[in-house]
Amino acid sequence: MTVSLVFLTLLMVTFGGWLVWPSFNARPWESQAVAEGPAVTQPEGMTAGRVGLVVFLAVVTSLFALTISAYMMRMEISGDWRPLPVPGLLWFNTGALLLGSLALQWAWNGAQQGDDFALEKGLLVGGVGTWAFVLGQLVVWYQLIAAGYYMASNPANAFFYLLTALHGLHLLGGLVVWARLLVRRHQGAAPVALCSRMELCTLYWHYLLVIWFILFGLLLFG
Amino acid sequence: MGEREYDAGAYVPPAETEEMELVHPKTFIGKYIWSQDAKVIAIQYGVTATAIGLVALVLSLLMRLQLGFPNAFSLIDPGEYLQYVSMHGMIMVVYLLTAIFLGGFGNYLIPLMCGARDMVFPYLNMLSFWFYFASVLILVAGFFVPGGSMGAGWTLYPPQSISEGTPGSEAGIVVMLLSLAVFIAGFTMGGLNYVVTVLQARARGMTLMRLPLTIWGIFMATVMALLAFPALFVAALMMLCDRLLGTSFFMPEMLSMGETSDHGGGSPILFQHLFWFFGHPEVYIVALPAFGIVSDLLACHARKNIFGYRMMVWAIVIIGVLSFVVWAHHMYVSGMNPYFGFLFAITTLIIAVPTAIKVYNWILTLWRGNIRLTVPMLFAIGFIFTFVNGGLSGLFLGNVTVDVPLSDTYFVVGHFHMVMAVAPVLVIFGAIYHWYPKMTGRMLNDTLGKVHFWITFLGTYVIYYPMHFMGLEGVPRRYYAYGETTFISDSVQTLNVVISIAAFIVALAQVLFIINLVWSYYRGREAGPNPWRATTLEWQTEHTPPRHGNFGPTLPLVYRWPYDYSVPGSGDDFIPQNVAPQDTKKQAAEDRS
Repeated sequence: MTVSLVFLTLLMVTFGGWLVWPSFNARPWESQAVAEGPAVTQPEGMTAGRVGLVVFLAVVTSLFALTISAYMMRMEISGDWRPLPVPGLLWFNTGALLLGSLALQWAWNGAQQGDDFALEKGLLVGGVGTWAFVLGQLVVWYQLIAAGYYMASNPANAFFYLLTALHGLHLLGGLVVWARLLVRRHQGAAPVALCSRMELCTLYWHYLLVIWFILFGLLLFG
Repeated sequence: MGEREYDAGAYVPPAETEEMELVHPKTFIGKYIWSQDAKVIAIQYGVTATAIGLVALVLSLLMRLQLGFPNAFSLIDPGEYLQYVSMHGMIMVVYLLTAIFLGGFGNYLIPLMCGARDMVFPYLNMLSFWFYFASVLILVAGFFVPGGSMGAGWTLYPPQSISEGTPGSEAGIVVMLLSLAVFIAGFTMGGLNYVVTVLQARARGMTLMRLPLTIWGIFMATVMALLAFPALFVAALMMLCDRLLGTSFFMPEMLSMGETSDHGGGSPILFQHLFWFFGHPEVYIVALPAFGIVSDLLACHARKNIFGYRMMVWAIVIIGVLSFVVWAHHMYVSGMNPYFGFLFAITTLIIAVPTAIKVYNWILTLWRGNIRLTVPMLFAIGFIFTFVNGGLSGLFLGNVTVDVPLSDTYFVVGHFHMVMAVAPVLVIFGAIYHWYPKMTGRMLNDTLGKVHFWITFLGTYVIYYPMHFMGLEGVPRRYYAYGETTFISDSVQTLNVVISIAAFIVALAQVLFIINLVWSYYRGREAGPNPWRATTLEWQTEHTPPRHGNFGPTLPLVYRWPYDYSVPGSGDDFIPQNVAPQDTKKQAAEDRS
């Protein structure tokens, strides 16, 4: 619980501070014909899409932080925790997701610079890498089950399946957005028109990659 | 006053809001069923939440019949009693209060009060409601599955909740957990909308520090809900795995009828941590919007600016942050380290400070105000009384040594019903009486409203006040019948009869309210655009009720905070937020001449 607690406290204090900070100088009871100075302007580039993504990522972070807290607490509570062997395929999957993330970054850069080729190929490679990761995870599940590591037989197994499933579902949600981007691209949308969506998509991928690194690290060293 | 020459070009908006494209469907279905208009979604949320809330009210009446007159009616058996206790709690806390405050009032008031055309992501907003609606349907389906609905208490504690023999452990619990998961998914979509709309889509001049406190309350509650609901989501998923896939996240090894269970090593305490990590912020998720709405009702109906606006905002933010570090005060009797308990007792007492600041500020707002005892005002004042009384018993329960003997008695039932059931519900009623004229264009009937208020307000005291005494005597909660018990005196049964009769009278008063809602919709007095002479933007719309897009051709410009009531030197006793300073001077000059 400490992990979630520290994380959420930091998040809330930062957020609360950011909210409250401008209020110290504010005198809301005074009416103004002209707003005084640029203090009330929002930072450049704070678009609805970006703010929405950040808020959503905060929710997802809370979800994973709490699950990881539960993982750690359950590990210590009773002596029945037997760590899983790490299937070699997971390294391959990690590579595939990394590739997907990098390719989407390439596509995003392409969209910014109006580079059709980079956007097209980046989107494609990004999707393929991600699909390879998702299918690879399914194969890992299959291998583990074949080797007798059932979900019910040990809490370590149960958490492994739960965490990978949660992570995979978030990626699948991302792939829906990816598919819509692909469709719009093939309907002939200009790279610049896709730029803001491409950006959100890419950032989401990077985020899920980081989450995967944390989960993988937990499996390797936990 | 920082007044200068008006120059629209030099005006700096808090957020550059581009005109949004609104979906304007032509068909009835597009307008009212699959609607993307936040106001319609709000009413959909409100009606659904009220409907499911009435189901929970009926459940509580069935329980009261059993408690007040045991063996007289035999409508329900002990198993059903437990199921009704559980479903009553779950429905009221999650499906009624959370949904109506954030989904209902949030959707209606955020775009209107911020001066936006609609929510930022209207399609997601529509999905949010339909997810909520689906979760309610799944919840209701729980009553009809084999074995009946979930019956392990609204806290769903394992191993009880998924062990054989507990009512509803066959299918009811599975349906409940699924329903919660769908609810949370739906809420996340809505919550994203509320937060982003408040941050991004405010009208020009509407700085954060000029937002009405209603919006501050709903905003902070949404942020908390977004961070807290994942805990319930994870807990629900893990419990589903325990129940359906045989894992042992929460389930310890158990011996039943001489046989050991398949589970082993799981920790019920882990569930309690996850549940209350959601459960305690949930209390404030319900309370903060209520705080905000009450502040606005008091200021408007006392014709006075809110006392200590900035302090109120800070208190809301501080309560939001602190409420994440008090959850374990629900677990003093779970066998945790007593020092851990003391830590949480301290944070619990600290959170009372910003809450008390809010109460003082409400009272100081009323002080020497031009108080009008309209129905919304009655409910707002009623809230202050009920909230303070309920909060004071919370100070007892927040201390480890006092809580241990009182835990799981009727003292707890009395406490949380006062502080987080009756108090927020009074605010909901007040808010409906206040904003109904904007939603429908007609006033609610005043006499019926006053009768409704007095029966509800006094009646709930008759119901919940005696429960504190019963708790002090040690009467345990969630019991179907008490039988021959030496420590419970006979007078407790007399109290139970009184409580049950009062409960029925209060429930009847709610029928009066529903009749008022329907009758006034057709026959109520025409309200006009601003019947309460309020300052906030929702009362300044071109049409009443506002049409899709809220504000005619141009969005309002905001020049002032929402509490300019009885400003000296101005002609009227209120100045709407979108009136420029030079216009008020002109008005005052005309009034003088």
